[in-house]
Amino acid sequence: MAFLEIDGLRKRFGQVEILKGINLELEKGGFLVLVGPSGCGKSTLLNTIAGLETITSGDIRVDGRTITDLHPSKRDIAMVFQSYALYPNMTVAGNISFGMEMRGVPAEERQKAIDKVAKVLQIGHLLQRKPSQLSGGQRQRVAMGRALVRDPKLFLFDEPLSNLDAKLRVDMRIEIKRLHATTGTTIVYVTHDQIEAMTLATKIAVMRDGEVQQFGTPAEIYNNPSNIFVADFMGSPAMNLIPATIGGNGGDLAVVLDREARQPITLPMANAPAGLSAFMGKPIIFGVRPEALTDPEGAERNASQIATADCHIEVVEPAGSDTFAVTNLGGKGVVARLRADANIQPGTNTPLAFNLTKAVFFDPATESRIR
Amino acid sequence: MSAVTTPTRQASGGMNAKIVNRIVIYGLLALFALFYLMPLFVMLVTSFKTMDEIQNGNMLALPKAPTFEPWLKAWGETCVGLTCAGIKGYFWNSIKMVVPAVLISTMLGALNGYVLTKWRFRGATLVFGLMLFACFIPFQSVLLPMATILGSLGRFGVTLQNTVGTSFGLGNPTVNLVFVHVVYGIGFTTLFFRNYYEAFPTELVKAAQVDGASFFQIFRRIMLPNSMPIFVVTVIYQFTNIWNDFLFASAYAGTGDAMPMTVALNNVVNTSTGVVEYNVNMAAAMIAALPTLLVYVLAGRYFVRGLMAGAVKG
Repeated sequence: MAFLEIDGLRKRFGQVEILKGINLELEKGGFLVLVGPSGCGKSTLLNTIAGLETITSGDIRVDGRTITDLHPSKRDIAMVFQSYALYPNMTVAGNISFGMEMRGVPAEERQKAIDKVAKVLQIGHLLQRKPSQLSGGQRQRVAMGRALVRDPKLFLFDEPLSNLDAKLRVDMRIEIKRLHATTGTTIVYVTHDQIEAMTLATKIAVMRDGEVQQFGTPAEIYNNPSNIFVADFMGSPAMNLIPATIGGNGGDLAVVLDREARQPITLPMANAPAGLSAFMGKPIIFGVRPEALTDPEGAERNASQIATADCHIEVVEPAGSDTFAVTNLGGKGVVARLRADANIQPGTNTPLAFNLTKAVFFDPATESRIR
Repeated sequence: MSAVTTPTRQASGGMNAKIVNRIVIYGLLALFALFYLMPLFVMLVTSFKTMDEIQNGNMLALPKAPTFEPWLKAWGETCVGLTCAGIKGYFWNSIKMVVPAVLISTMLGALNGYVLTKWRFRGATLVFGLMLFACFIPFQSVLLPMATILGSLGRFGVTLQNTVGTSFGLGNPTVNLVFVHVVYGIGFTTLFFRNYYEAFPTELVKAAQVDGASFFQIFRRIMLPNSMPIFVVTVIYQFTNIWNDFLFASAYAGTGDAMPMTVALNNVVNTSTGVVEYNVNMAAAMIAALPTLLVYVLAGRYFVRGLMAGAVKG
């Protein structure tokens, strides 16, 4: 039995269904990230777990106990809000201990708990300050301290890093990951940033329009997206989704990519997914991540299927660690990720290696994966 | 705009035009200020003059021999109607009426604002609209119905007095006035607090809920301590209105011992026996105006800040 179980959760506002039957499970000590574009219902889902929003139907269980109808304070959860939601009229210590005060914990015990959390988060010197006297990163720490001090069964984070600048965000991301590793708490985390999702999660739920599009480990989500939405949403730069057709090349199937004013590229495939043969001669969407489309020298040596083709390079973007090259395939700009020192010039033809073991295929009609 | 299209005019005539503009603006402002402050000035200087000086001198002239006599007389000796014990008793009457009325109506407004923004229920907007309506009802239209209600409450108070032994203040004119002003003030105080709390971060309330705070604990520990600016605005507004109210005061406590300051002042000025003591009248009027002035001086700093709060987010 999983630690956190969400069963057929539905939430309706009048006629509008915000959450359309969510089923999720998370093991103890797991880190579940709910990711998706704005308005996909991820924050609403988190609020229903917290008990700040009621649900229309379904069931939420933590550690085998149904919490669906309990008051937020009775659910044994702690929440970190996007705006941190620190009480402006209280000191940092007051903020951290407010929950304990409400539960009638004696002052002495509260002080001990405050000191313990302050040590973990290194905010001991800030305890007597007001939130307005803190920097963004410090406020973030205090908000986490307020959650940590409860020692709850479940931590909920609602886009906790979105108010920080880019560098601080990376620092705090690492800090949250370290915190998770050292305390072994169970966390549900909402974000719209797919990098946060990939780096932090043990499980990711990609959401769209109140539905879970795919639920799995970061590697599953990244390498085995179940539909075009997930493939496109996860990964930066995004996966190349190229309109193509399936052709035959002897006994094996081949992917045929049209090009403007040039010969189509034909990529033969030795181990095509079984479902693909039904699309013989039909259009499909060919998905290949930028790192699976590279210069032949930089291609993965142990990949079993590599097909090389000359491509016309339109734009070159040196990014320091890598060089990105844009070519045109199937009427779309396609990004290839090359080694930083790859010798490549815009306007020339350069051979690019397609790593077909990493390639995925989608049905353009249903947008779902062809397996 | 013109600075871009006609740079030459800006360079040559712009400076002079600017100075003329300033002169006109400040000249007008000074004129208005003079016009506004003149009565106050006359009141002040008159209240420090002797009757001889008033009858023979210039109204605007400064007192030749300033005296506190009129102030002392207004406070302790002047005749209000037929009793000649000064206005001090009525001053305290007003205080006893204003302080509870202001505090109760402000607290109720805060509570209403809190519920209307953070505990939204079906029809909350409609309820708020109806409460706003209370701000636009003319005083005169409620005079008679309210008199009927107060009369009934008074009779109920007498019944209670006879049966239980105490009337719980029902029928007491001061209590009546507090009741009227609280009822009449709730519309305004709710409006103030509702608009302030509309911009108040809801996440704070949610965080407090997760922390286990109850409805009233959130109100007392989170909402109220962060409401200082709007609290001050509401108190100033209510204090000024209730202190200065004459209509309700004269209608429901126009005679007898519970008469508030405004009614007493009117009776002082209207006393028709003997010489009209302008200096005493002016001093009495100044005393009547002092508390509102004091409230502004003490809390005015927050007033503008509070009025603007919520207008811009953050």
